Amino acid sequence: MTATASSAATSEVQDDRPYLEVDDLRVQFKTEDGIVRAVDGISFKLERGRTLGIVGESGSGKSVTSLTVLGLHNMARTRVTGSVRVNGREIVGLDEEKVRRMRGRDMAMIFQDPLSALHPYYTIGRQIAEAYLVHHPGQKAKAKRRAIEMLDRVGIPQPQRRYDSYPHEFSGGMRQRAMIAMALVNDPSLLIADEPTTALDVTVQAQILDLLDDLQREFNSAIIMITHDLGVVSRVANDVMVMYGGHAIEFGSVDQVLTEPQHPYTWGLLQSVPSLRGNAEDDLDPIPGSPPSLINLPSGCAFHPRCAYRMIGGGPCDLEVPELLPTAQEGHVVACHLPENERRRIFAEEIKLGAE
Amino acid sequence: MSEQTFEPGSQAAPTAVAPRSSSPLLTVEGLAKHFPVKQGAFGTKALVRAVDGVDFSVDRGETLGLVGESGCGKTTTGRMVVKLLEATAGKIVFEGRDITRFNRSQMRALRHDLQIIFQDPYSSLNPRHTVGKIVAMPLQVNGINPPGGVKKRVQELLETVGLNPEHYNRYPHEFSGGQRQRIGIARALALRPKLIVADEPVSALDVSIQAQVINLLRDLQREFDLAFVFIAHDLAVVRHFCQRIGVMYLGKMVEIGDRHQIYEEPAHPYTRALLSAVPDVTKIGEKGRERIRLEGDVPTPLNPPSGCRFRTRCWKAQPKCAEVEPPLLQIGTGQQVACHFPETGPIA
Ligand SMILES: Nc1ncnc2c1ncn2[C@@H]1O[C@H](COP(=O)(O)OP(=O)(O)OP(=O)(O)O)[C@@H](O)[C@H]1O
Ligand SMILES: Nc1ncnc2c1ncn2[C@@H]1O[C@H](COP(=O)(O)OP(=O)(O)O)[C@@H](O)[C@H]1O
Ligand code: SF4
Ligand code: SF4
Ligand SMILES: [Mg+2]
Ligand SMILES: [Mg+2]
Repeated sequence: MTATASSAATSEVQDDRPYLEVDDLRVQFKTEDGIVRAVDGISFKLERGRTLGIVGESGSGKSVTSLTVLGLHNMARTRVTGSVRVNGREIVGLDEEKVRRMRGRDMAMIFQDPLSALHPYYTIGRQIAEAYLVHHPGQKAKAKRRAIEMLDRVGIPQPQRRYDSYPHEFSGGMRQRAMIAMALVNDPSLLIADEPTTALDVTVQAQILDLLDDLQREFNSAIIMITHDLGVVSRVANDVMVMYGGHAIEFGSVDQVLTEPQHPYTWGLLQSVPSLRGNAEDDLDPIPGSPPSLINLPSGCAFHPRCAYRMIGGGPCDLEVPELLPTAQEGHVVACHLPENERRRIFAEEIKLGAE
Repeated sequence: MSEQTFEPGSQAAPTAVAPRSSSPLLTVEGLAKHFPVKQGAFGTKALVRAVDGVDFSVDRGETLGLVGESGCGKTTTGRMVVKLLEATAGKIVFEGRDITRFNRSQMRALRHDLQIIFQDPYSSLNPRHTVGKIVAMPLQVNGINPPGGVKKRVQELLETVGLNPEHYNRYPHEFSGGQRQRIGIARALALRPKLIVADEPVSALDVSIQAQVINLLRDLQREFDLAFVFIAHDLAVVRHFCQRIGVMYLGKMVEIGDRHQIYEEPAHPYTRALLSAVPDVTKIGEKGRERIRLEGDVPTPLNPPSGCRFRTRCWKAQPKCAEVEPPLLQIGTGQQVACHFPETGPIA
């Protein structure tokens, strides 16, 4: 499972390059307390038909990364450098009007909180139809048909009738599905889902994840799934990027990152989640301390104050920022100063995951 | 209630349930909460049956988990138990005393024994009070002067929950989410309660911090022999913390049993569906595994389905399910289940 294995790209323009290419992306915010380095040099690629999972604790820069891909960050207090290419087109620095025309069709977003995306005073159906009209001006009748069809696709019962409902008349799960219908109405080539199921029950979550699977198969979209839930990632992602303090610290296929992880932070995440299997009487294995402030990141490896394997005394852990370097496994990259054979040994001998 | 015996595995002859211990710490019988609401354009009066006849008991030092989908009545149940909400019907017995209709001053004495921890570590602490003042509040309200003084006791409590006693004079906003939850726990422990109702105490926390707080609660539970009613929607967290688990659906208890019964051999179709829906990292590579797909949403508690409330989403529903409400009865494997056609055997 490598990042380039997809046969994708049946549509429009570019055929030989990945649909999304992010290169050395940096996003900084000026705040009263200082400069927040929310994203600090992130690079990745994503092809159509594939799903990238971005995991990390709150404040690690997941949402900022995705908002930047959507071109939502060109404001006065924000500094964006590096490159984000969607279907070959550079987003960073592109003027707002042009980005707006891409949004919805070239890339679309599902948020954690559907109420932030749905207007309370307009009917659900009208909002979905409007989203269609942005890219198909004048086709009013078609827009309504399309909206009803989408409501049906996402599993809203009696879509003709529900077209005229207001957001508050829907349950949480239905609102989430309505927002997905709105995000998908123009068959977007890239869909970014930012914690789309965090607020939902597991049963509804399962429905939504199934729905995204089906839609991806149908439209061959690229999906970025942002979540702190490793279970969700294991269920939907082809590739996984683990973020810590605004950096990507591990990237690889879902099997590489979740079953043979090489970064001590990834080990920590996997060990701290309780599982439905294994001995429930055992204590959990939490990561000590708490996630860092992005205004004043620890020196060297940002994870070093919480890392049990830091090379104390002369080691580079608190001095040099580790680079994201290739491992022996193709496509698997890790940012840690420990030598690879040492990481493999530690994982094999010391790290117990929930399954055992 | 008479005691009956039955063959293990004989699903056909469920029996009425005998109490598990002679004197549980907490017993809840037929507990209900109906909220009056106005509905529709004409403001017709209606009742939200948030909790609609729930029975369970908790022994000393025992941890009971309550799980179920959003809106099924977990929080409402928890708030009735600690008497933050008045029950519409039913009985709450704590240490042999019926506290259902206790008034404020009667409750004050009970506050020693009965405490609650809330979900949101941000809004549950007064931002204008120092940590010292927040944790000392229950002591002061109850006029308690511990040996060595209030400050010493508060500093001990802060240490117990893994906070620096020097933080006594700091304010909540200076702490992270996990630390704030520890402050809430220290406050709940101040009176050395026998039972703590914890409503989603770790749901708002990051995974690494969540594990820290779960371990802390487990240590405290063992050290002080605390009983818990632990409310959470994360089934893996509940499995880790709770010895017994009650599964709720639309204001009813549909299954209650020990960890093995609920997680390995669940009998209610709804319990099976819930467990099946959990994406678990350890299931990676088992993508082809059959999952139970539940259709639709939970119906509204304004107008719950007749008979079995789960029947509108249940793949096993029969005509009987719409006509007769299944009572909560003990089955061969030992747990109590409210279903006419319970499942048998371990989960796939
Ligand atoms: N004050 C109230 N007035 C009317 N209805 C209410 C009130 N409080 C709760 N309800 C309703 O009662 C039902 C049970 O609510 P409760 O908060 O106990 O659910 P819960 O199981 O804790 O859900 P969650 O997992 O979302 O916290 C819901 O349908 C809710 O909308
Ligand atoms: N508009 C903003 N102004 C200042 N800081 C911000 C802004 N948006 C996000 N941040 C900060 O950037 C960091 C990363 O945020 P985010 O990407 O939202 O994290 P998460 O990984 O939880 O999605 C956080 O420290 C956050 O507080
Ligand atoms: S670089 Fe050092 S501190 Fe960072 S994860 Fe690796 S061993 Fe730990
Ligand atoms: S009583 Fe009938 S509808 Fe209810 S859970 Fe059992 S089989 Fe399903
Ligand atoms: Mg976020
Ligand atoms: Mg609740």
